[in-house]
Amino acid sequence: MPVAVHESAHTVKRAAVAAALVSLALLGTATLTSCTRADAAESRGSIPVRTPSDPIEGQEVAVLTDAPNVPPPITRTHATKVIVNLDIIEKTVQIADSVEYNVWTFGGSVPGKFIRVREGDLVEIHLKNAAGNTMPHNIDLHAVTGPGGGAKVSMVLPGSESIFRFTAMNPGLFIYHCATSPVPMHMANGMYGMILVQPKDGLPKVDREYYVMQSEYYTTGKFGEHGLQTLDMEKGIEERPTYVVFNGAVGAIAGAKALQAKVGERVRLFVGDAGPNLTSSFHVIGEIFDNVYGEGGTVATQHNVQTTLIPAGGSTIVEFGVEQPGDLMIVDHSIFRAFNQGALGMIHVTGPDNARIYAGVKGLGVKGE
Amino acid sequence: MIAALLSLALLAKVPAGMVPIPAGAYHPLFAMRNAPTRVAAFAVDRAPVTRGEFLIFVRANPAWRRSAIKPSLAGASYLSDWPSDLDAGNRTSRDQPVRNVSWFAARAYCAARGKRLPTTDEWEYVAAADEKRRDATSDPAFIQRLIAMYTNHRGGFRNVYGVDDLHADGWEWTADFNSAMSAMSAGDSMARGDGAHGGHHDLGCAGAAFGAADPSNYPAFLRSTVRAGLTRQSATSHLGFRCAM
Ligand SMILES: [Cu+2]
Repeated sequence: MPVAVHESAHTVKRAAVAAALVSLALLGTATLTSCTRADAAESRGSIPVRTPSDPIEGQEVAVLTDAPNVPPPITRTHATKVIVNLDIIEKTVQIADSVEYNVWTFGGSVPGKFIRVREGDLVEIHLKNAAGNTMPHNIDLHAVTGPGGGAKVSMVLPGSESIFRFTAMNPGLFIYHCATSPVPMHMANGMYGMILVQPKDGLPKVDREYYVMQSEYYTTGKFGEHGLQTLDMEKGIEERPTYVVFNGAVGAIAGAKALQAKVGERVRLFVGDAGPNLTSSFHVIGEIFDNVYGEGGTVATQHNVQTTLIPAGGSTIVEFGVEQPGDLMIVDHSIFRAFNQGALGMIHVTGPDNARIYAGVKGLGVKGE
Repeated sequence: MIAALLSLALLAKVPAGMVPIPAGAYHPLFAMRNAPTRVAAFAVDRAPVTRGEFLIFVRANPAWRRSAIKPSLAGASYLSDWPSDLDAGNRTSRDQPVRNVSWFAARAYCAARGKRLPTTDEWEYVAAADEKRRDATSDPAFIQRLIAMYTNHRGGFRNVYGVDDLHADGWEWTADFNSAMSAMSAGDSMARGDGAHGGHHDLGCAGAAFGAADPSNYPAFLRSTVRAGLTRQSATSHLGFRCAM
């Protein structure tokens, strides 16, 4: 839990709960593992065996967004039933200038829709496979507790719908993906997205939240080769991607499509690495991550971080205050990927310049020189 | 020499539009590499059944018209791409492979022609061939070519037997497409990491590769997954058939 950075009165309450638990433990009678309350689960060293117990009040349809947008924070304070309508769409998209690829998508784009629910919610996934599609598909959400993460019960043929539900017991930022055989092909063709299970106490308030997903394409043509491309199996097996991109295409969050921020704002990036193969050395040039929620968990595990590692099939949450105007480049700092394979994004920051923070003094890059 | 003569003998017997397939063996996706499955000689349609051919069938058999079909024999999307019951579209459309046909309908069509659906073993055996080789599946270039055909919906070719377009834009019914799945749940087969031959296995996890004779044969995985997801009523937009005997 983001206790260290939490700004609300909950901190006080949480401290009290923790203190109470410690006293219980000192009495020698408490078995924390038998306690199913989330608060207990977070106390140090406990391994909770969870049983959903929050009453489910009402029902709502999840707001889903395409990258780089993130659904608004959930403000309700109770668990509810959340309907998630995910449409699987097979379509041709541009993954770079004049480079087409027949992607398979959750919701019509790569990466798939961002889903946001609250810890304790009963989530019902409605997976519709469009009638014109050619492949069966399913979904494995890493937020699901149970065999296959949903894959076992969500297989759906073109023209049909599958429905399954799960309780989002563990908060955190989770990858979801198609897990239909052959899985690497379904993933390499774009079938991945993210689900945020927002902790009950919420996340610290920020001014902007963005959704960034790193992933690879393995194409039969070389980087930049025009025309319709196909998955190159050999490159996939050898882990030699043709493209490494943020949000599904070269330049998807650069130039006119750059992420936006203003000086003085606090920014949170929900970053996933869909792979299928590579881990990411995630870095923003000219910025330092004030908080990193390592591996997409709920604790700010580190502060003042330059580059954070994201495993394939994993995520991270980074937060930073924006102090200086200009373009901040988002890269995988395995830097050939940024320079030669497309792993380059941008945050365009506007606002007043502060020469005390950053200023050229002399040299080729200094104005008026 | 004897084999050649037998082939000729068979050739003489197969009806027009069909291709004789000599006996042989192939490696099912979920079988041991060193234990190929024997396939007896049979004959198969050179090309998938077209809309125009299926139109002739439904004209003669009113129970198989879209408006008359029993839900137990085909889902709601049965022949849904036809303008109407007895209109399979213009000439170009009528030359296209028929789609949105259920297993029951495909089986009835073949029976009406004195034929049957090919078994999965027969289908896969013939589909292992490229233009020059009876079994091209160990050639990465062949696998790569099929992946492109399955995802970009282009291409099609006449294989060494003389059979057309097995891998063109679409899947094809087989007689026993789902026999293994009906006998065991996906979870059981995943836990054991096996699956009966005939192309059925667990479809919902990376573990699906366990027990596969050739984990790089992605086209075979795709076909196997499609088959395992079907019911006999399924009628989808990329699913057709051809007959055998
Ligand atoms: Cu899929």
